[in-house]
Amino acid sequence: MALQALVFYLFAFVAVASGVMVVTSRNPVHSVLFLILAFFNAAGLFVLMGAEFLAMILVVVYVGAVAVLFLFVVMMLDINFVELRQGFARYLPVGGLIGLVLLAELVLVAGVWTFSPEVTASGAAPIPEGVTNTEALGQVIYTQYVLAFQAAGLVLLVAMIGAIVLTLRSRPGVKRQSIDEQNLRRPEDVVEVVKVTRGGGV
Amino acid sequence: MEFVDTYVIPGAIIVAQILAVVVPLLVAVAYLTYFERKVIGAIQLRKGPNVVGPFGLFQPFADALKLLSKETILPAGANKIIFLLAPMLTFVLSLIAWAVIPFGEGMVLADINVGVLYLFAISSLGVYGVIMSGWASNSKYAFLGALRSAAQMVSYEVSIGFVIITVLLCVGSLNLTAIVEAQRTVWFAIPLLPMFVVFFISALAETNRAPFDLPEGESELVAGYFVEYSSMSFALFFLGEYANMILMSGITVVLFLGGWLPPFDIAPFNWVPGPIWFMLKISLILFVFLWVRATFPRYRYDQLMRLGWKVFLPLSLLWVVITAGVLVAFDWVP
Repeated sequence: MALQALVFYLFAFVAVASGVMVVTSRNPVHSVLFLILAFFNAAGLFVLMGAEFLAMILVVVYVGAVAVLFLFVVMMLDINFVELRQGFARYLPVGGLIGLVLLAELVLVAGVWTFSPEVTASGAAPIPEGVTNTEALGQVIYTQYVLAFQAAGLVLLVAMIGAIVLTLRSRPGVKRQSIDEQNLRRPEDVVEVVKVTRGGGV
Repeated sequence: MEFVDTYVIPGAIIVAQILAVVVPLLVAVAYLTYFERKVIGAIQLRKGPNVVGPFGLFQPFADALKLLSKETILPAGANKIIFLLAPMLTFVLSLIAWAVIPFGEGMVLADINVGVLYLFAISSLGVYGVIMSGWASNSKYAFLGALRSAAQMVSYEVSIGFVIITVLLCVGSLNLTAIVEAQRTVWFAIPLLPMFVVFFISALAETNRAPFDLPEGESELVAGYFVEYSSMSFALFFLGEYANMILMSGITVVLFLGGWLPPFDIAPFNWVPGPIWFMLKISLILFVFLWVRATFPRYRYDQLMRLGWKVFLPLSLLWVVITAGVLVAFDWVP
């Protein structure tokens, strides 16, 4: 138990510390790398709670795919820090005001929010005995919450189609390779074998 | 006394187990480089290494010593911490995945419930070593290599994910031991043959091996993402890459070739212990890795992307649907 507590505090401390570093790093690439470290420690916390499926999915989806593309984009950007810091004092009042409004809203929402008794009852329920984590999750997602699950999938589909529509444009004059066409070409259609007489030429 | 019993002794046992896996693995990596040079030499009608020791058997150690005694060079414009972190990350990631691989019945370091997902997560992290080294080197060649590699590894991971789902549908568990046990009657390579081929080709792309070794593409990028590395930091990349090859072969064997199970459960075959079968099967897959390298020319970049997204992705998606349909129709769902 003592070891578990120790590991919990280690993961929690590193997660929070790397979260702070994400915001304060001067170099955006360092920020993304600290973000990845934060994801890792969150995954570690999930494992400690016995939610190993969620931990692995967090690593696969966020660290293995999302953060890679994020890093990809950030590395390509050429950010000028001097220019970024210009006008910091000028924008501080407006920025601070927006932050305050958001904080007030969050406090108000959190103050009046009540969970339905159903959720609070099942929230901390342990995984049923003899069923693995993955199975337990599947039994809930595909029965009780199937509508929400499918709706989430639909939202993602819409986002994907939106991204494709935004980037799809027809460019005239681009040469494209059609591999099927190339494979369908037969030698006899394109190569002519000629018997050349000596000194005669073709 | 209680502290020793609960923490020190189990801790020492775990360290001993880890060493029992890692040390043979590193020796295997050293001899994989020897094996590669011998196999490619034979294919190209050469002799391969044959000077250091009998049959050139000490060649890997000579190479290791040479790398160790060289100077570590830090490029002036490099981001030093990330530059040094990248090879370590690559190497560590190629080792920690072995924690869940079952070598024989009950011979596994961590028999976790989500073994396959763990492997998938670790193999999807391999791209970080590549991107970090490419960016931190502050060199155009290294950066181009890193960008190619990132796009390639992310693309082929998608089809690897679908292939793993087809296997999981047939097993009904994410535990690697359960996956091997489910192949007692027939290895999954037979009913899922197209997926086996897709997985193997994706494994080639995932480990940046020929014919998908564009990130290294020596003819256009010198050596790709590790062009600025020297000495031990280069050696760590090299070790990581070969350990990843062995790992991907191990995953292929566990998912499709029945892990430690003998091909037929009859007299001469089941006398051989499971770990030996496992290693023999890994060696077979590794031989195919090298055979492919010596046989095929490198893919062009757009063809590589086309193969990943337009051929493998629809094919593996279709097989997920077909497998699920067949399992439900015949009531074979495990």
